[in-house]
Amino acid sequence: MKKIETKQEYLDYVDKKSPNSPIFKNCFNAFWVGGLICSIGQIIFDFCKYKGMEDTSCSTVVSIVLIGIAALLTSLNIFNKIGKFAGAGSLVPITGFANSIVSPAIEYKSEGYVMGVGGKMFTVAGPVLVYGISTSVIVGIIATFFV
Amino acid sequence: MDFLQSIDWMQLLRCFVVGGLICIIGQILIDKTKLTSARILVIFVTAGVILGALGIYQHVIDFAGCGATVPLLGFGANLAKGAITEAQTSGLLGAFIGGVKASAGGIAAAIFFGYIASLIAKPKIKKQ
Amino acid sequence: MNKIGKQTIQFSSPPYILETSSIVGPKEAQGPLAKYFDQCLEDEFWGEKTWEKAESKIIKENVNSVIAKSCIPSQNIDYCFAGDLLNQCISSSFGLREINIPFFGIFGACSTFVEGMSLGSIFIDSGAAKNVLCATSSHFCSAEKQFRFPLELGNQRPPTAQWTVTGSGAAILSNTNLDKVCPQVTYITPGKIVDMGVKDANNMGAAMAPAALDTLITHLQDTGRKPSYYDAIITGDLGYVGKEILTEMAETQGYNIKNNYNDCGVLIFDKNAQDTHAGGSGCGCVGSVFSGYFYKKLKEKSINRLLLIATGALMNSTSSQQGESIPGIAHAIAIENLVFGDGGKKQDFGNK
Repeated sequence: MKKIETKQEYLDYVDKKSPNSPIFKNCFNAFWVGGLICSIGQIIFDFCKYKGMEDTSCSTVVSIVLIGIAALLTSLNIFNKIGKFAGAGSLVPITGFANSIVSPAIEYKSEGYVMGVGGKMFTVAGPVLVYGISTSVIVGIIATFFV
Repeated sequence: MDFLQSIDWMQLLRCFVVGGLICIIGQILIDKTKLTSARILVIFVTAGVILGALGIYQHVIDFAGCGATVPLLGFGANLAKGAITEAQTSGLLGAFIGGVKASAGGIAAAIFFGYIASLIAKPKIKKQ
Repeated sequence: MNKIGKQTIQFSSPPYILETSSIVGPKEAQGPLAKYFDQCLEDEFWGEKTWEKAESKIIKENVNSVIAKSCIPSQNIDYCFAGDLLNQCISSSFGLREINIPFFGIFGACSTFVEGMSLGSIFIDSGAAKNVLCATSSHFCSAEKQFRFPLELGNQRPPTAQWTVTGSGAAILSNTNLDKVCPQVTYITPGKIVDMGVKDANNMGAAMAPAALDTLITHLQDTGRKPSYYDAIITGDLGYVGKEILTEMAETQGYNIKNNYNDCGVLIFDKNAQDTHAGGSGCGCVGSVFSGYFYKKLKEKSINRLLLIATGALMNSTSSQQGESIPGIAHAIAIENLVFGDGGKKQDFGNK
């Protein structure tokens, strides 16, 4: 190995030396856990439909139930184990959004119910709402004038 | 039970595969770009709004059902759909109301359950 | 006491490390060094309501323990140097607020333990103090909460990430050995801040390794010693990635440390069984491993010459979010058994 002189050489060297994530294993786990969560959603959806609900209401029920399950698993300290195993498999479905709201709520409880739970609840998920809702307003404005 | 017989197994398989594939995209982003999970969620929801607004995502939803609506892309697409529909019926005001109205259930549930969880749960260390 | 070479201080009457004490959390207690620690906790809260209170209790109890073990009454301890990772060093200042010893709060990230020992040694050799207390602590949960994400968040840790040690190390330095055989601090080499542009907060080992290399080489040049002079060269928490980088980079500079070099972050956990990825980190890592393991090895003379290089990553979550790279620091301290056996024969430790 030759002597390292510049920052760039060092960063390239660090890249080479740092172990990579086991991406195939991670993707495989993400695939089946993510698929499974969606399938649970589908079964709930079908059930609501079977009971004669409208499509949009069915989707809302699916979201609420999955969020409720994720919140429960988070408070039982199980969700972080699923998340460690499945990575994006539990993060990308709506369960990841729920986990990112519930986990700071529990963690910052020690700073009080107003500024702790209430204030810190959105430390991770806040950006999702900011960007999601802002983009949707832009889309709505465009739709008002140009469609 | 009648309900079990009414399940469309092919639909469920399409849901499983598409949902899984969307998660694989997320996993590749995590492992290859070192983005934090908050950024991944933002990318997915914003991409969902844009794909939804362009009408592309509706095809995925028609094909895969909850395989497309449960991932955050679907949350984004739902925001866009709500905003557009409301904008078309009640104008500029609808652009502001529509998105959140369409996804109000999910947002309210997450906040409510988060609060309840903070009342009952205690922080614990990761055991892994 | 005088300065030699570029940045090394040689002590004229090397301070004694009179006693040490260590407390670690439950995960560390399952690691390979468990039997060397003075106390292992059964849960991370230790009866307290918050992680921060638990960490304060750990450092407080550890300081009480080292004072009791040393048999020096606490009013005879002149000064205390302590630090930790939490904002404004609250673990140390809250934990030690009732101790009634003049207090210096110091911050050097994970290098704090050696920073404190260095300053304490200078105080003693200069005559400003007779007995000095040095302590540090860190807690996995309070560190995760402050630097990363809530514990319940279901995220994956990349393979380069290090695991913050829950634990504390404390040492009492003295100008007398109270007729006990004690290792002594012969040299210190305070390090420079070195930043090679690493931005990944999940790869601290790589960020700190260049600083460790700089301090190691400067120390060897200043003292005229070879790496083989030391029975053990130990870095404080570079972890697996940083350890390999340091070994290889030292070799390209002409220093072979392969035979006697190891790292506290590597030693404290069993990487495969405990899933700690790149190893341990935190103020409590080098603190507890030195106080628990190496001090006992020095006492029983299976190690007689130890070079301890504690490394720190001088960043916080704001600097990370603003896209700043991570400056590293490393302080070295040479700890040696100068008195051998019962004859009290003093070894010539001066350099040529």
